[in-house]
Amino acid sequence: MSLLECSSIGYRIDGIDILDGIDLQLQAGEMVGLIGPNGAGKSSLLRLLAGVEAPTRGTVDFAGRPLADWSARERARRIGYLAQDAAAHWPLSVEQIVELGRLPYQKWWLQLSTEDRDRVERALRLTETLAYRNRVVTTLSGGEQTLVMLARIFATEPELIFADEPVAALDPYHQLHVMEVLRGHAAGARAAIVVLHDLGLAARFCDRLYLLQHGRLHCSGAVGEVLTREHIAEVYGIDSRIVCDADGVSFTSLSRLADQHP
Amino acid sequence: MSAPRLRPAALYAVLLPALLLMLLLALQVGPVDIDLGQAWQDWNAGRTTVPMLILFELRLPRALLALTIGATLGLAGAALQGLLRNPLAEPGIIGVSNGAALGAVIVFYYGLAGLGWYLLPLGGLLGAMVSVAVIFLLVGRSRSVVTLILAGIAINAVGGALIALALNFAESPYAMQEIVFWLLGSVANRSVNDLYIALPFMVAGWLLMLYCGRYLNALTLGEETAVSMGFDVARMRLLLVIGVTASVGAAVSVSGNIGFVGLVVPHLMRPFVAFEPRRLLPASMVAGAILLLVADSAVQLLSATREMKLGVITSLVGAPFFLYLILKSRNTLQ
Repeated sequence: MSLLECSSIGYRIDGIDILDGIDLQLQAGEMVGLIGPNGAGKSSLLRLLAGVEAPTRGTVDFAGRPLADWSARERARRIGYLAQDAAAHWPLSVEQIVELGRLPYQKWWLQLSTEDRDRVERALRLTETLAYRNRVVTTLSGGEQTLVMLARIFATEPELIFADEPVAALDPYHQLHVMEVLRGHAAGARAAIVVLHDLGLAARFCDRLYLLQHGRLHCSGAVGEVLTREHIAEVYGIDSRIVCDADGVSFTSLSRLADQHP
Repeated sequence: MSAPRLRPAALYAVLLPALLLMLLLALQVGPVDIDLGQAWQDWNAGRTTVPMLILFELRLPRALLALTIGATLGLAGAALQGLLRNPLAEPGIIGVSNGAALGAVIVFYYGLAGLGWYLLPLGGLLGAMVSVAVIFLLVGRSRSVVTLILAGIAINAVGGALIALALNFAESPYAMQEIVFWLLGSVANRSVNDLYIALPFMVAGWLLMLYCGRYLNALTLGEETAVSMGFDVARMRLLLVIGVTASVGAAVSVSGNIGFVGLVVPHLMRPFVAFEPRRLLPASMVAGAILLLVADSAVQLLSATREMKLGVITSLVGAPFFLYLILKSRNTLQ
């Protein structure tokens, strides 16, 4: 049984189909990438899968049960969601941000339990943010902030992590760091889905890819099946070089194709 | 830069004794010097004496109103700043203060205030409820916080215009003066009945706002993240707005507009709770109560013949202080 599954889901706002007829399965231990040009519906799909928004057609099943049937608190404990441009509105410390990850376990009047503190500690360690736990999060670099936001999700200890373009504005070092942390999560009974613009990183870190175009699934499958010169030309309108060797699949974009505007 | 984290116990070890001290000060201050201990003994012994009457009929209701209204304004300010994620928000921003003021002005205008002591606060509460109902009609299920703020501005404008209309056509200069003085904001010459009518609404509002503390913490990372953390954004916002309306509406109904407390107090307290929205709520509540007790004692100490209105001194002191806070904190605020 898949950990997460949806068949033919759609999302329609104001009479416009943002997503239509999307099939997707996620197995335990997998890291899946959602790729596609701007406006293809990647972020919308991620929100539907994470239960942040409900599909207007079809259902998303998580652990064999429709997502809508889960209580909001239970869902929050088992599914972590990293929004695009996630940023703190108040100058909280790194540790305070990570403690927010324990909210789905807290009653409104309670302070953090020993177990909560333990999980926060572990999340800080996993994301290597322990060193700046007392710093104000808004004074950190973008890469450090993303790691802190991930630490917040790790503190919840969810089975699934959904991340919306977590590495979009980061330098190569932090891109690799964030991807390694996510990859590390997707093992055993856990899994992750990541929206990515960087096809090179998608090729390196994901087990499978879903390629979206105009709110529909163009194709899906193993990295080598999805990342082909033809698919990239059809969906992105660019020429590219894709090399499969012992290091895995590597991707380089070459030039825009005049006749294939996406 | 690191954020110092003060233990809650340490904060309240300072705040709560300060609150008690300021309450005693407020009871001591007045045009007549009375012996509080003597008044207390008279009351216990069932003797009706002048000090006992002054304490229990005049000063205690006044001090308790200052305390509860200050608590309401501090808490509501902290709750709205958390909800709107905007440090410039204050309880009046969603239109509830002007709505309540308009309701009270209508009672004055038609000369109903003299018919029963309860008509004035009731008019205020009704005004607050109507204004929040209109806001929710305007906002609907929209998720946008901007829509909420704009609706509040519109309600404020309508309320202000109608108050101006009432002043324009006031029957007599005396009626006009009565309305204006009431609008300036004061807890002087109120009775224990005013406290009785306002307190249930204020307490209900407090509980609703305090209940939403966890949500305000989650909201630090944005609405989408709060949803993913298991919160029903529309429901929590409704609870918060109802909480603010009930408590601030009741407060304004008995005191008129008392500005800047709801704006300044959360700013003052934020560093002491490490900027955490949930912990800011009770801290702002206690600090607001202290601040208004101090301000109300100050207007009585400073005024020789004619008493300065409470709302005037909070604005006089609050506005420049707010400017100072902006200058001081503009680097840390996003």
